[in-house]
Amino acid sequence: MTITWRLPQAARMVARRLLKALPLLLAVVIFNFILLKLAPGDAAEVLAGESGAATPEYLAELRARFGLDRPIHIQLGSYVWQLAQLDLGYSFRHNQSVLQLILGRLPATLLLMASGLLVAVTLGAWLGVMASRKVNSLRDNLISLFAMLAFATPVFWMGLMMIVLFSVHLGWLPSSGMETIAAGHQGLTRVLDVARHMIMPVATLSLFYVALYTRVMRASMLEVFNQDYVTTARAKGLSERRITFRHVLRNALLPVATLVGVQIGGMLGGSVLVETVFSWPGLGRLAFEAVFQRDINLLLGILLLCSFVVILANIAVDLAYSWLDPRIRRS
Amino acid sequence: MIILFRHVLRKLAVVFLCCGAVLKAGPALAQNPPSAGEGVLSFALSPEPPFLLSAINTTLQMGMVTSKVMESLLYLDTALALQPQLAQSWSVSADGRSYTFKLRPNVKWHDGKPFTSADVRFTVMEVLKKLHPRGRSSFAKVVSVETPDPLTAVIKLSQAAPPMLTALASGYESPMVPAHLFEGTDIAANPFISKPVGTGPFVFKEWKKGSHIVLERNPNYWRPGKPALQRIVFRIINDASARAAGLETGELQIGGLSPIPLTDLARIANSPVLSIEKRGYAYMSPFILMEVNLRRPPLNDVRVRQAIAHAIDRQRLTQIVWMGYGEPAVSPIPSSVTTFHSKDIPKYEFDPEKAKKLLDEVGLKPGAGGWRFKMTHDFVPLGSDYQRTGEFIKQSLARVGIEVELRSQDLPTYLRRVYTDYDFDTTSLFYGAFADPTQGVQRLFWSKSIQKGVVYTNPTDYRSPEMDRIIESAQSEADPAKRKALYLEMQRLAMTDLPIIPLMETRFTTVASRKLKNHTISADGVIGGNFADAYFEK
Repeated sequence: MTITWRLPQAARMVARRLLKALPLLLAVVIFNFILLKLAPGDAAEVLAGESGAATPEYLAELRARFGLDRPIHIQLGSYVWQLAQLDLGYSFRHNQSVLQLILGRLPATLLLMASGLLVAVTLGAWLGVMASRKVNSLRDNLISLFAMLAFATPVFWMGLMMIVLFSVHLGWLPSSGMETIAAGHQGLTRVLDVARHMIMPVATLSLFYVALYTRVMRASMLEVFNQDYVTTARAKGLSERRITFRHVLRNALLPVATLVGVQIGGMLGGSVLVETVFSWPGLGRLAFEAVFQRDINLLLGILLLCSFVVILANIAVDLAYSWLDPRIRRS
Repeated sequence: MIILFRHVLRKLAVVFLCCGAVLKAGPALAQNPPSAGEGVLSFALSPEPPFLLSAINTTLQMGMVTSKVMESLLYLDTALALQPQLAQSWSVSADGRSYTFKLRPNVKWHDGKPFTSADVRFTVMEVLKKLHPRGRSSFAKVVSVETPDPLTAVIKLSQAAPPMLTALASGYESPMVPAHLFEGTDIAANPFISKPVGTGPFVFKEWKKGSHIVLERNPNYWRPGKPALQRIVFRIINDASARAAGLETGELQIGGLSPIPLTDLARIANSPVLSIEKRGYAYMSPFILMEVNLRRPPLNDVRVRQAIAHAIDRQRLTQIVWMGYGEPAVSPIPSSVTTFHSKDIPKYEFDPEKAKKLLDEVGLKPGAGGWRFKMTHDFVPLGSDYQRTGEFIKQSLARVGIEVELRSQDLPTYLRRVYTDYDFDTTSLFYGAFADPTQGVQRLFWSKSIQKGVVYTNPTDYRSPEMDRIIESAQSEADPAKRKALYLEMQRLAMTDLPIIPLMETRFTTVASRKLKNHTISADGVIGGNFADAYFEK
């Protein structure tokens, strides 16, 4: 098994998958567009509604500006045509291009998601392995108890409780935001400042997934431990440590990798709660608010981007499979 | 569903906060506000405004930001008296059709250009009269603005229009807009609506969407030595519990428009670091009312509406749902509008027996299950307090045999239902009466304000030639005494015909650090005040 034959095959696989994704993305756009148009009210009404007053001229002018005075099929047609030219359109609500808005918020969300995922996978896998090595021991039971509790705790509640404890009562951590605003932090001080702001949101976001991965990893490890080749390895006289980490862990990681792929999309959605509770300036909140503001261009842009991220993540997971299990590569 | 979710979330937070209060050991209450004394003010803002030019969009949260940057000709103090701002003095001609403003000399825009009468002309004629949602009616009678010299602006009217001065007296309602940046452009698409330039004590510096807006002290402000604060940071925090936590930790020093849930306010009231300010909302004069759809029988019978009015105990509504942060309303013109409010009008005291008798008279006798008739009620989806108002109404009306189906929805759906589809029986909502009845109240009763598809017009289908006559005479009546008499007549007729049932005058709160002084010194408080005098006590 050499790199030389693996790369072209992987590249072909990626290209094929991306091509297949195009109709899917189009379907996502059309479906979401229709769904959003079915919701009563439009962006002009919301804007006027929030300002607490309006005249017919004001509303007509807003609708004309937003392009809402055209028939719906024309609106959809021009939107798709725009997309074909790789233009995500303009958010009239924010007076900014959709791409600009998304790029402004994306780093915050990616930072939160990537850190959350990293914590969830490493901690979850480690706890799962620890639990599985001595089944039904005190350690196993404690870990399982923790997983149960973390699994059952609502995300937003956890977030609020942490704020009350660590911000209001102890005063150790900032209660909201991503960094100390206008404090003029540079370089390392800024990194540390952001890190301090990240602790609670990342903990909140990852807790549920830590619990999930712990349980999946434990079950998966136990299953692999019962396979014949492990018995063979034991018979060969390999140390238990070597069996666990060299032979069992790698195979047991497959189900976790599958879950991670599926859940990247879910995490984008789940971050809405965390972003709201901690006032984190991310994409989830932007999307959430766009729904209530009937900001269709913006929402479609975000949904499209999320679909794209999910597709990419799934491709990456499939690549990871073949790295974890050479048999999948050959089939 | 979202509303419900937020409601649950809030409740949970309250439960825990109460436990927390018991568990708390020793004097571990939050650290000192990190920035107090250094002159940096952190201001809680929610929801995030779409852009920053309140001359063309009257979202209150937008006003909170822009009023620190852009100023108006005049302002109303907390006693609703006119005070000079960008105009040093003003005079009105005998026929009430000419207003002369003498402008303050040596006032500069933040980009260094001088502020002149040309800016006043541009703002009134091209911005407020054409684009401001209320301005189209406030400035309807304005014919032209003459500019004999750079420091004199003369507003010419076709007819006397006494409410105009009030409309000009708020940095939120009518900020002066720099002509040199906006003239000849498509104003709503001009990039300066997101990076405002004004004459005010603070200069716009940065807006990171979804996170914060930063304003810096204006070193060249026309009042020497002001402002006292170095910087204002508006932090966008949409979760009410998070705002409460931020204020308690001292990370935030002020929030307006009732920034924290009423259920948390009792705890805050005892806080040694936070104070609750109820002034500063007279300009908006917010109140809650029930609108009744007169197209729908049996609601088109005035006796049924009287029965509903008699069945709701407004005192208990105020005490229980709004925890005392309000006053039971008796008139569509709230008592904060001291000039016009009257109590000498038909009243509907709480009397369920009378309500039942009225319904009997109409022929709505209790049927199966004791119900006389069934109707829907849509409450405005602005948070749990409004939902509980709806629940209170449902329970009150059940006692006299009216079955109420509560409907919950998001704001766009609500607006479409009430103002476009007219698909409702009754609705309870929050309304701004404003300092002059032409700004807020007249649209409820004027038949010309029945405008399908336009939010916050007259959705009840109430039409009365007599009412139209009163409203239209009052619009251009120059004699204050006669004007007052007309509005008394209006209130009497409104409470006789009862197309709307006033429920409660809202008392919004501003929650601020006790160290922050002078944040509320005008009738428009933190929404329209420019904060030039605000400072932190050492």
